[in-house]
Amino acid sequence: MSARYLPYVLILPVTLFLCLFFLYPFVLVSQQAFTTGEGFTLENFRDVTSHWKFPISLQNTLLLAAAVVPIQVALALLMATMVNRMEKGRDLILYIWTIPLGISDLAAGIIWLAIFEQSGFLNSMMSALGLIDRPTTLLSYQSPLLVFVAIALAEIWRATAIMLVILVAGIGLIPKEYYEAAEVFGASPWQRFLRVTLPLLRPSLSTALILRVILAFEVFAVVQALGGTLFPVLMSETYNYQFVLLNGGAAAAIALIILGISIAFTLVILRALRVPKGATI
Amino acid sequence: MTAITAEADATASPRRAGRVLYGASVFLLCAWVLVPLYFLLINTLSSPDAVNSFPKSFVPEFDLGSLSFFANFAGMLSALQNSILVAGLTMVMSIAIGAPAGYALSRFDFWGKELFRFLILLTRAFPLPLLALPLAVMFIRTGLDDTVFGLALVHTTLALPFAVLITFSLFSGIPMELEEAAWTLGCTRLTAFTKVVLPLILPGITASAIFAFVISWNEVFAAAVLTIENRTLTAFLLQNLDTSPLHLKFAGGFILVVPALIFIFAVRKYLFAMWGIANR
Amino acid sequence: MLSKSTLTGAVSGVALLASVASANADVLFWSTQAKPVEEAQAMREQVLANHGDSVDYQPNDGGPWLTRLNAELQAGSGSIGVLGALHGDFSAMDAENLVDLTGVGAAASDTFNSLAMLGTDEMQYIPWMQASYIMAASKEALPYLPEGADIDALTYDELIAWATNIKDATGEAKFGFPAGPKGLKHRFFQGYLYPSFTDGVVRTFASDEAVVAWEKMRELWAVTNPASTNFSFLQEQLLSGDAWIAFDHTSRLAQAFNERPDDFVAFPAPAGPAGRGFMPVIAGIAIPKTAPDMEAAKELVAYMLEPSTQIETLKATNFFPVVDVELPADLPPSVQAAGAAIAKMAGSADANPGLLPAGLGTKGGEFSQLYTETFERIVLAGQDIRMVLDQHKPRLQAIMDESGAPCWAPDAASDGPCPVQ
Repeated sequence: MSARYLPYVLILPVTLFLCLFFLYPFVLVSQQAFTTGEGFTLENFRDVTSHWKFPISLQNTLLLAAAVVPIQVALALLMATMVNRMEKGRDLILYIWTIPLGISDLAAGIIWLAIFEQSGFLNSMMSALGLIDRPTTLLSYQSPLLVFVAIALAEIWRATAIMLVILVAGIGLIPKEYYEAAEVFGASPWQRFLRVTLPLLRPSLSTALILRVILAFEVFAVVQALGGTLFPVLMSETYNYQFVLLNGGAAAAIALIILGISIAFTLVILRALRVPKGATI
Repeated sequence: MTAITAEADATASPRRAGRVLYGASVFLLCAWVLVPLYFLLINTLSSPDAVNSFPKSFVPEFDLGSLSFFANFAGMLSALQNSILVAGLTMVMSIAIGAPAGYALSRFDFWGKELFRFLILLTRAFPLPLLALPLAVMFIRTGLDDTVFGLALVHTTLALPFAVLITFSLFSGIPMELEEAAWTLGCTRLTAFTKVVLPLILPGITASAIFAFVISWNEVFAAAVLTIENRTLTAFLLQNLDTSPLHLKFAGGFILVVPALIFIFAVRKYLFAMWGIANR
Repeated sequence: MLSKSTLTGAVSGVALLASVASANADVLFWSTQAKPVEEAQAMREQVLANHGDSVDYQPNDGGPWLTRLNAELQAGSGSIGVLGALHGDFSAMDAENLVDLTGVGAAASDTFNSLAMLGTDEMQYIPWMQASYIMAASKEALPYLPEGADIDALTYDELIAWATNIKDATGEAKFGFPAGPKGLKHRFFQGYLYPSFTDGVVRTFASDEAVVAWEKMRELWAVTNPASTNFSFLQEQLLSGDAWIAFDHTSRLAQAFNERPDDFVAFPAPAGPAGRGFMPVIAGIAIPKTAPDMEAAKELVAYMLEPSTQIETLKATNFFPVVDVELPADLPPSVQAAGAAIAKMAGSADANPGLLPAGLGTKGGEFSQLYTETFERIVLAGQDIRMVLDQHKPRLQAIMDESGAPCWAPDAASDGPCPVQ
């Protein structure tokens, strides 16, 4: 087969599949965002963005992503390099670290609520250590910072494994000779990490980052479990419009805004972690 | 003499300190993952009274009441079977369809490449619950409604971006020269791929398989809308858990977590099976 | 490798696919009620098992429930036989999508039956079961009751004093309020706070009495467990001791009474200057026009209204019958406690019963949201009461005008859309 057509043959199944099961419903739903009764309108966008909760939800969503994603990158990189140099028990440790992968966001919300609620495990632990003499309220509107920290912790716990697995597979592909050469030239482990691992890991890193960032903008179940009504995010507003206010147009409008933000961040990440042409490994 | 040993000690002790630090970090990170799960286990194996008590016990009392409630729950087994079928189908389809695209993205420059990547990412950036309505209408009209296969199609859509992007980034990590060398040694494009590239990429395939499985396993909304008779375990249990009494909430959560853990455990080998080869 | 076992999985998946089409004899009961796993199980095993045809009872979150229903209506065919949902869910639906159920059954209360017509002259749904919101307290809280207060005839001031006593004595705010994401706080404002202070809900939304009501709400909130914004089912907090006094839906308090019947008491909601406001909850059953087997669906609806079914439903869900039945003595503790509290509430001298919002159609969600937002801004964010009410007033009027909903009790009746005064 000619190499000219080969890539198109290879991407054809995905394209067909996504057109049928994603693009088609997506176009139908997006249309709603631009209609209210008659004709094309931006009224839905004006409505949702002018609501007093919108700036708060937007800010919460972005803040949470800004707090969670960098920590996850650092943690996943750390874990991946640790696994890489491990001699014994690598299988077991990696398995343990990937466990949260299998846990849905709803289940993660249940688990972390059990820790942070008033009669939960954190209070039990603190009272066992004698730090407090009666359970304190942790997740309340008076301590928004604590609510934020709890949500961030739960998200970090739940979703770091996604990046870890991608990075581990990526690190496995870096030829050992590079490290040996670096060692010969007297590079410290930190230098080896900076000069060898990080640059060569760029494709995996950008994939992991993009997927993670996109999912971070859709965060919902964990936030709802721990933040209750205190911490509105864009996704909770989408659900509210769709299923409580029965306003499909507004829901679609917010969803498109989430989509726009995701695309913007994706482009930034792609630009920042671009692998220069000709410099392929 | 003494000076030499002192010197040796001096270089050994930071190294030992490093090793201790390393061991401690590994331990801490394991604890970070496991402790919350241990709490889930405690609550699962506790009587309703203990689940509601304060302070909480840190040792499970092995009360099987909550678990046995689910054991008697009608339809659990068939829901479990459906979940496994859907997740398995999703896994196979997403890799079979996604990996070739990942390969194309990494090896070829072609017109529309950026557009294609964009389409892939779009898929993950739009909330599924909004798409569920038109999908359900389409499924009801075409007879895909309430079938394991139909739901697997939707879940494959969700898993595809992972499959394509992960395989893409890993193919990119394999030098083109390796393939070219195989061609000069008499391999065709296809055999070069199967004999040289595929073994290297296996950990990546495993990673995307894990994702596909887990995405499908944990997906609630589409499953709740698109299946009736053939409910998946997640749709069957999870969406009703948040309104259920605490002890059942935890036990139900536990039941959902366990099969996913077993699956990851079963495939973890492949994530590393090729370690020696990958570290060529 | 992975492929072998998954391939067999794939094959049997396709085989399963082929076998599905034929096995569709059950009536699908698509419900938003009795969602907790225990209640769903009881619905299947105790309530529906005695029906002649086999019934597939599927409780769902509101989101999937609505999405599936709309998809079937749009596609013009479906598998849902019978719908179970709250009055508000049905009133948001297009009347032509529901089958006329006149003559299939009716509730004992004419008020309920006329609500079920949703402004048409046909029965759009049949009232299925009812509940209300009550108060519950742990017996640990009883010693702190203010002097001279009768727990069965509390006022809002006494309730606040009670919770204050507890806070002073224990250092903890122990009133629990369902302000969580799935909590039913809006019903408290619409059916309890507003009627008790303003003798209205819509007309009096921005009145001076409403300002007083929200001031009281602030006082109450000061002695409310601040984690209440995470509470949606107060039975959990009663059992854990995070709340000693609680307001919630009867079925959301039930578990506390059933698990430790001797530790809790149920009592009526408090009274304000305009009486003891309270509100019913009505769940109904309906048949969508796409039901695959209309006869079987109607039989199921009729079956759900039989006295014996209604009693079993009460045991399973803590929702009370809507038809006249002789209640047996062996009811679960939660039902006995809630039943007594509701009876006292309805029979009290200052009772001021309200109705569910009617005629709001798809605006029902927005209507409730407005009260929740008012709460969030006034009580949580501490904004000026008069300012918030005045800002929300035109929004409320717009909702009433667009839906054309006339006033409902305790508001005085209106010609045309209910005016916000």
